[in-house]
Amino acid sequence: MILSRLRDRAGGAPAGGGTGSSDYSRNTRRLALILLVALALVGVFQGITPDPFRHYFVDVVLTRSLIFGVAAASIVFLSAFGGMISLAQTLMYGVCAFTIGNAVTTGGSKGLNLGWNPWVGVVLGIGVTTALGFLMGLLASRSSGLYYLMITLAYGVIGYYFFVQVTVLSGFGGVNQVRAPDFIGEPTDATNPERLFYSSLVVAVVVYLLLRYVSRTPFGLALQGVRDDPVRMNSLGYNVAMHRTWAFTLAAFVASLGGVLYVWEQRAIAPTAINLGGILNLLVMAIIGGVLVLEGAWLGAFIFVALENYVRNVVFLNNFIEESRFRTLIGAIVLVLVLACPDGVVGLRKVRGALPLALVGAAVWGVVGGLQEGDRGAIAGVIVGAVAGIGAAGLVGWLAGHRDTARGVWSKLLSTGRVPARN
Amino acid sequence: MTAVMSGAANALLGRRGRNVPWHRSLARLVIIAAIAFVIVWVVVLASGTSAGSAVSAPSEFLKSILNALTISGIYFIVASGFTLVFGLMRTVQMAHGSLFLLAGYFALEYQLDFLGVTGTPDRGIVGWGDWWLPLVIGVVIVSGLGLFIQQVFLRWNQGQDLRQALITIAISIVLGDQMIQHFGGVAEPITLTHEIHGYVNFAGIRYGIHQLFVIGMALGVGGGLWLLLKKTRTGMVIRAGVDDTPMVQALGINVQKVFAVAFVLGSALAGLGGVIAGSSVTTLAPGVDGQWLLHSLVVVIIGGMGSLGGAAAGSLLYGLATALAPVYLPTDYAYYSIIATFVILALVLAVRPYGLFGRPA
Repeated sequence: MILSRLRDRAGGAPAGGGTGSSDYSRNTRRLALILLVALALVGVFQGITPDPFRHYFVDVVLTRSLIFGVAAASIVFLSAFGGMISLAQTLMYGVCAFTIGNAVTTGGSKGLNLGWNPWVGVVLGIGVTTALGFLMGLLASRSSGLYYLMITLAYGVIGYYFFVQVTVLSGFGGVNQVRAPDFIGEPTDATNPERLFYSSLVVAVVVYLLLRYVSRTPFGLALQGVRDDPVRMNSLGYNVAMHRTWAFTLAAFVASLGGVLYVWEQRAIAPTAINLGGILNLLVMAIIGGVLVLEGAWLGAFIFVALENYVRNVVFLNNFIEESRFRTLIGAIVLVLVLACPDGVVGLRKVRGALPLALVGAAVWGVVGGLQEGDRGAIAGVIVGAVAGIGAAGLVGWLAGHRDTARGVWSKLLSTGRVPARN
Repeated sequence: MTAVMSGAANALLGRRGRNVPWHRSLARLVIIAAIAFVIVWVVVLASGTSAGSAVSAPSEFLKSILNALTISGIYFIVASGFTLVFGLMRTVQMAHGSLFLLAGYFALEYQLDFLGVTGTPDRGIVGWGDWWLPLVIGVVIVSGLGLFIQQVFLRWNQGQDLRQALITIAISIVLGDQMIQHFGGVAEPITLTHEIHGYVNFAGIRYGIHQLFVIGMALGVGGGLWLLLKKTRTGMVIRAGVDDTPMVQALGINVQKVFAVAFVLGSALAGLGGVIAGSSVTTLAPGVDGQWLLHSLVVVIIGGMGSLGGAAAGSLLYGLATALAPVYLPTDYAYYSIIATFVILALVLAVRPYGLFGRPA
């Protein structure tokens, strides 16, 4: 259980395992990477076709997956290499988006309406967010584990109320009609919709390479030492608090890149995007992907965004899960994953029987969904079927591990009044 | 002379013979300066604010303090349940806010059902039992749900605290969505019985009896918890469990039973806070669950996790900040009052990363 190992690290106990993500078999990571590259290639080659489904799939689902994946990658980076679960990353991309919104908008009803060049806004947004990240990271740097999670959650929610209350900067309705640089084009401009997709793809690849690179620098290695045993690192002369602070600052920088893309995609930013729901959405993406592998961030974001868009097309469940009940479904999926397969979809192979069952579930549900609801049903079916398979494998594994308990319950149900003797 | 001055400086900086690093001393100095500035500001300087300085408008000051006590009382009821569960089981109950809201909704539904009305009832027809009985029902249902959550989802992975936090987050997502479906998105209040109504006049201010009632409830809950934890056998076992769970287990005590009791108690306190708050300081609406999860978090981060005294101190400090900041900030900047919460959090974390009364895990 990787999460229990995280706890051990956070508690300062010497970790028995190796160095973080190298525990994962290379196969699983490579599989995730191949899947992501395949999705990106689908986007690159089919973005230009006039088919409305593919059009939507690339311009909305894949683009948003890349954008949220960048923000989720900052959570994964902090937890995988720093042992810190941060819930402030949503606030970070929100701060960046609000800064850009206030700086570049002209003639809007809300915000400062400074009307600057969009690129100046981008630089300002990233700068402000990174500076704020340094400050907040410094304040939280002496905490770890659950305390870190709670402090960053408090940051996030306080930040939401800040933007709701301060009407000069935003107010409840947020800032609208935010301009993007000319090469992105207008959102209504149907001729070049894939430009944002390509921009997001480039940013995502750069972020992925950057975070992988940083994890291998002396700083990144020391950070992993801090994650595994802060006390020992301290006695070796490393400044534990400053390593955590700089890691948090880097994560804030990465999240701010997500914020830039987010505000270009939405052309608006409202506090509701960064409320508790928004905070949990980003965490959910990281959990689905598995919080300890970078590739998982984008995979989790894709699963989340695809389900959000195609939840009406989930066959077998669409009778009692309507569009508005998306959050119940996503909550249930997270529950299944955390209970059955705590390492997320990237850690599938660590649960016995999960991979074959997930494949069977995905195939059955996907084919039925595809027959009944078309492409959307197939995508939603594959995801839900895979999760159902993982859940089944987890349940079977749990029952196998608790055979005696199950037998005891069963015999009580049969009211023999006597638990059969164990052999 | 120099010795006296450096001695005074050291006393102010909390050095007292220990070798305190300079930045720790600086942080201490900043905090002392901040507290002094806030006091001076409220007492003398705050003339451009909606309340006016305490010297010129003492009744406004008194009123703000009493409002702060009311809100602190509810913060304490809710946060004490949160801190109790964490202290004993190291479980961060992220669904605490959901249980808070759910109890409020159940109480509201049963109150409307008892009265046979739809929409907010007139206060005059709400009798004593029409408020107390829904409160009890709401609290009991939520306690049962808490027991279910603990037994089914948390019992078998005890000790994996991040995983447990994620499990309760998932539960809170499902609960929040289901509450929107069943209870709708319109903000509704629970109506307090007409027996707790009216105002008392003293020292030139009018003060609502229901606010005094809330303070009384908080004192009652605090006293009850203190008695339970310090004077009963269950409380003794809970306190022992906070300090050293394996040892308690080794002594032959059924720790699982104690965990269940503590979790039910924590859930009941969330529910109690939900009904009381829904009748006095807030309405029931989607999003309120997250708001009160934040309140619980801030209180325990300030006060220190797992400490009842810390919850009391934290809720008092946080209540003062939330009640005084909007009226004592300059009128044009009153909407920056949320900053006060952040400043308090930052100041406490800067000197005590585990809260005022907290200990490292």
